[in-house]
Amino acid sequence: MYTQGLDGQIGPVREAETAEEKAREAAFQAKIDAEIRIEPSDWMPEGYRRTLIRQISQHAHSEIVGMLPEGNWVTRAPTLRRKAILLAKIQDEAGHGLYLYSACETLGPTRAELVEQLLAGRAKYSSIFNYPTLTWADIGAIGWLVDGAAIMNQVPLQRCSYGPYARAMVRICKEESFHQRQGYEIMMALANGTAEQRRMAQDALDRWWWPALMMFGPPDKDSVHSAQSMKWKIKRVSNDELRQRFVDVTVPQAERLGLTIPDPHLRWNSERGHYDFGEIDWEEFHRVIAGNGPCNRERLEQRRRAHAEGAWVREAAAAYAEKRARRRAA
Amino acid sequence: MTTDRREWPVYEVFVRPRNGLAHRHVGSLHAPDPEMALEWARDLYARRGEGTSIWVVPASAVTASRPEDREAFFAPFEDKVFRHPSHYHIPPDVENM
Repeated sequence: MYTQGLDGQIGPVREAETAEEKAREAAFQAKIDAEIRIEPSDWMPEGYRRTLIRQISQHAHSEIVGMLPEGNWVTRAPTLRRKAILLAKIQDEAGHGLYLYSACETLGPTRAELVEQLLAGRAKYSSIFNYPTLTWADIGAIGWLVDGAAIMNQVPLQRCSYGPYARAMVRICKEESFHQRQGYEIMMALANGTAEQRRMAQDALDRWWWPALMMFGPPDKDSVHSAQSMKWKIKRVSNDELRQRFVDVTVPQAERLGLTIPDPHLRWNSERGHYDFGEIDWEEFHRVIAGNGPCNRERLEQRRRAHAEGAWVREAAAAYAEKRARRRAA
Repeated sequence: MTTDRREWPVYEVFVRPRNGLAHRHVGSLHAPDPEMALEWARDLYARRGEGTSIWVVPASAVTASRPEDREAFFAPFEDKVFRHPSHYHIPPDVENM
């Protein structure tokens, strides 16, 4: 559903040493500067490749894990229409994961390796999916805020310098718009409902607001690897700038719902032309990223169980393919 | 033959958005055989009526030019500017040309 700027640690990368290596890197950077996209079989610096593998795989894992909090409400959606919508949205998330795994595979890793990294708990994914979906209003808040933040993040990635990633983003952004709108529609229904429904909507906003702001990753001053990603045009807009844009567009949407954003420091700053907002609890952010959020263990267990319980489907598909191949040969 | 998922080949997916347009490459997927690749391509790349026809092609069947050969491979066309209509100077008062 998006990338959080967790993509820093790619290990030591050998620097260009010989004149030939330096010339090759300079030619690569010149291509990037000229807005020429990089394609899978083109030469690229090892650091560029590894940064992308890390970012795209984390993005793919986020889509896959992102199905779990929403899957929690499929059987309890309030109407058949909402249930069909929720199923379609979850199917989209699976599709997004698959587009991204395919893009990542063009850089070297195999699908099996990527899946294995997630199941083994070695891969990171967005912190947002480690929060629980306690009420139906959370499904509205996720569509509105989490998918809204994801769109904010992913729109500039459509212009990422790596062709396959940028193309996957174009598809994903097109589909993500429905996700956000269906979420806002759920929030509108609740906000215009009974007193209890309005309380549910406000409670969901209270719990999802700050985790949604954390989706943009650490502040720019702490994002040590951002500069290189910007230079390579893997990243186009900084974490803080995206976060500000998100706050600016979301505050009026909350007002329209008659809901209150849970931040006493939130106010319009006419000098800056932006909303000022309060300090994010970065300790919570790092706790969740490190694996100690409310649902980290549950999510991973659920994903492992789904993978194990789906093994017979994969085996049956393979057996069926073999049978058909034998018949064709006969 | 083992049936390990690791061995499922990659298929490239091409979709014709509507009659009158060419099939266009939209992405790829893994599948155990061409028929399943086709059904899964529909589920993955045409959930919103994006196509009226789909091709799936084993990625291993694609023969591609190599980026490192680009200059030599495409060079023969660069010095033949006379293949472009803009190469010819026609007086502006000559119309319909």
